[in-house]
Amino acid sequence: MSIKISSLLKKSTTAIFISILLGFLVGGIILALSGFNPIQSYGELFKGVFSKPRYIVQTIIIATPVILTGISVAFAFKTGLFNIGAEGQFMMGAIAASFIGYKIDLPPIIHPIACLLGAMIFAGLYAVFVGWLKAKFGIHEVITSIMLNWIALYFNNYYVTLPSLKKPNSEGVYEVLDSARINILYNVKANQENILAFRDKIAELKGNVPIVNGVEKPTLFMKLLDTVQDIVFRTDINYGIFIAVAVAIIVGFILNKTTLGYSLKGVGINKYAAEAAGINVKKQIIMSMLISGAIAGLAGGIYITGMSPNRIITLSLHENYGFNGLSVALIANNNPIACIFSGLLFGALKYGGNAMQSQLGVPTEIINIVIGTIIFFIGMRLIFTIIADKLEKGENSNE
Amino acid sequence: MSDIAVEMKGIHKYFGKFCALQNVDLTVESGTIHSILGENGAGKSTLMSILYGLYKPEKGEIFINGKKAKIENPSDAIKLGIGMVHQHFMLVENLTVTENIILGAEITNKFGIIDMKRATKAIKELSEKYGLYVDPYAKIEDISVGMQQRVEILKTLYRGADILILDEPTAVLTPQEILELIDIMKRLINDGKTIIIITHKLKEIKQSAKYCTVIRRGKLIDRVVVDDLSEEELASKMVGRKVNLHIDKTKADPKDVIFSIENLVVKDFRGLEKLKGLNLEIKRGEIYGVAGVDGNGQKELIEAITCLSKASKGKIKINNKEIQNTTPKNVLESGISTIHEDRHKRGLILDFSVELNSILESFNKPQFSKKSILNFEAINNFAKSLIEKFDIRPDNCEKTPIRALSGGNQQKLIIAREVFNDPDLLIAVQPTRGLDIGAIEFVHKTLVEERDKGKAILLVSLELDEIMDVSDTIGVIYDGTIVKTLQNDENVTEEKLGFWMAGGEN
Ligand SMILES: Nc1ncnc2c1ncn2[C@@H]1O[C@H](COP(=O)(O)OP(=O)(O)OP(=O)(O)O)[C@@H](O)[C@H]1O
Ligand SMILES: [Mg+2]
Repeated sequence: MSIKISSLLKKSTTAIFISILLGFLVGGIILALSGFNPIQSYGELFKGVFSKPRYIVQTIIIATPVILTGISVAFAFKTGLFNIGAEGQFMMGAIAASFIGYKIDLPPIIHPIACLLGAMIFAGLYAVFVGWLKAKFGIHEVITSIMLNWIALYFNNYYVTLPSLKKPNSEGVYEVLDSARINILYNVKANQENILAFRDKIAELKGNVPIVNGVEKPTLFMKLLDTVQDIVFRTDINYGIFIAVAVAIIVGFILNKTTLGYSLKGVGINKYAAEAAGINVKKQIIMSMLISGAIAGLAGGIYITGMSPNRIITLSLHENYGFNGLSVALIANNNPIACIFSGLLFGALKYGGNAMQSQLGVPTEIINIVIGTIIFFIGMRLIFTIIADKLEKGENSNE
Repeated sequence: MSDIAVEMKGIHKYFGKFCALQNVDLTVESGTIHSILGENGAGKSTLMSILYGLYKPEKGEIFINGKKAKIENPSDAIKLGIGMVHQHFMLVENLTVTENIILGAEITNKFGIIDMKRATKAIKELSEKYGLYVDPYAKIEDISVGMQQRVEILKTLYRGADILILDEPTAVLTPQEILELIDIMKRLINDGKTIIIITHKLKEIKQSAKYCTVIRRGKLIDRVVVDDLSEEELASKMVGRKVNLHIDKTKADPKDVIFSIENLVVKDFRGLEKLKGLNLEIKRGEIYGVAGVDGNGQKELIEAITCLSKASKGKIKINNKEIQNTTPKNVLESGISTIHEDRHKRGLILDFSVELNSILESFNKPQFSKKSILNFEAINNFAKSLIEKFDIRPDNCEKTPIRALSGGNQQKLIIAREVFNDPDLLIAVQPTRGLDIGAIEFVHKTLVEERDKGKAILLVSLELDEIMDVSDTIGVIYDGTIVKTLQNDENVTEEKLGFWMAGGEN
């Protein structure tokens, strides 16, 4: 029996789930210590995420950028690089998307594609610089990318002061044009006229709400229509999540099924053997940073074209989309597909945490403690293996 | 009886379903050198890891000095006076010798600060007592492999070990260093220590050990008194069939010169010349053996040929095409394949499976990938064919990480891969390091077979026996040049070679 438990304990997925549980447990203790009822608080958190379809959509929207930065970090990690620069690459991607989205006039569909591609290229090249410094001079990527994160931050703050871009009386530049947005059904909320037309349309489809015993009893279809209207008008619902899922699948495919992934991983694990086998190590390091940076940049692009306020504003400090990607990747054990789920968990905690705060006054820091604890235990995964070994040994000496 | 230092009884060990050890006993008298002999993958390291508390056996008992012992982890083993020097060293490269030795067992002064003076003194005393010469202040990365090993031995003695386990200590040593090690071991047993040594070199067993325990495929075969058996008898006990300690081969039939090096100069990072105008020529159908004492330019020669480092001057030609200072890829594509000396560093990606390692150089070929997509079925079949043809064990190991294979089986995979490349020139650097007799026989046979197919072979080895056994032509390398080239016939003796290797004139 305990043999089974111990072999289960050694699986990294189990360790991750236990870590998540422990994270909530520790968070619960801290909630109790600070005078909140943990069950009630977590109840609010849960309700804040799941009680309405709109909340679920909102969670997904919030999760989308961190899923992508998580994939960016995970990809780099699998190829032996620690891309702590996802933060800066995210900002560069956002800047590129904002510029193309506002300055260049393109037809719909083409325009958002141009924004996202521009974001990927710009951020990818920004990351290539890190790869190049590592390949050419052997400078560790963590050092250079931390420096580049600051450069990106100040570039961001400089960018928003540029005369032809700055929106008067605001801390930022102009929003991207309507044609550049990736929101679902964006045209219906583009102007007052369309909004009214859409509302009319919904009302027409709905017809009259039947009244039973003096109470309104809307049919299921009617409720559905209400939900649609709710989501369209009250969230930034966008295509980003589909892109993120596609990227996760593509990255997983590249890593596991292609020659590119094979050589990238080879270089990451043992560059000396890869070099002797004729793989161009320097090229692969640069390539890996290019891809990783492009994914982080894509996150920035989706943020600008899909989420309010759809523009760059002055940043007082890092926005943390990139750094949160590190957490997401860690929770996902650097598996790109798993990044989707850990990103959603991350989004749910952040979004549900707000509900906890607004309903009960629980400080959102508690949520950061939960996330921190999860990562702490994942980092100490070895503990579960040790416990498993202890169990096995116990089993043996009982014989 | 307290003169039995170690007794292991009925040891069973499984890795998953795979049975690595089955009912193995080991009895070691105290104050003796006891050798363990067995093929690659027989389970020698596993047995010793159990004694040292690294693995937990599924069944079996251990007695140390007559008392039943419970060894759960290495610190239990250390408390019982057991020390182990692993097959692959476990030293911190950028710490000094002293720091490495005291790591985890630091002497501190009353403020809890490490007392380096006293530590260094203790180490000096130990090293003088047993002739384990080390430089206490040197960094590990700057010292020779031989000295690193002495550091490992000191580490165990410093922790008060009375029973020393040495796992293939000589595999990485030069012949001179091996003699020194045997000397050290004798001093240790004179001082009452007990030594268990794993080695594949029968000569060393004969020279040092009193008893020998033979294991084959996880089973105990015999425990013998070394003096009672000849080297051949020991070898056949280990493999389970008669083995040829010397390879049978026909006379070489060399054709045209296919590979040549002219006036090659290579400098190290300080700008000192490590190769000083080296010349050599190899013909098709010939095994050219480079004999020499370690450090005379062998490493630089190989790295220059394979373009892993730069040549300052000179030409390297294969099929009349110059390849010096190009890329490793170009070298490969020009028809040169290399079995590198350090297989863990240059030859394998240890975390990759066996099958993924088998295509390390050829994953881009249409056989294994189309439009950049890997063809896993083809890769799997390919790996299976190599495993079968080269008898890589355990069978069906295509999906196992190659890290879990024993050293000899890892090497077999590398050789299989390089031979598959069908090169014009096959370079083999220390190809039998750490391999058992049966595997050595196999490697040598493969080299001769490739020669007979008309390939040129460049063999670099520190072991004169190997050079004299296998080569057709011998080039003696000394101080960065080939000082003597000669046909390998009856007239060649170890003494003569040794004389040139030491820089003797004519
Ligand atoms: N951690 C492990 N997981 C799975 N299999 C293992 C593991 N360690 C060893 N093995 C297998 O157990 C067998 C015995 O390995 P071991 O390392 O003890 O061999 P060895 O006799 O020391 O060989 P060599 O002379 O090559 O060092 C091998 O077949 C090896 O593949
Ligand atoms: Mg071994």
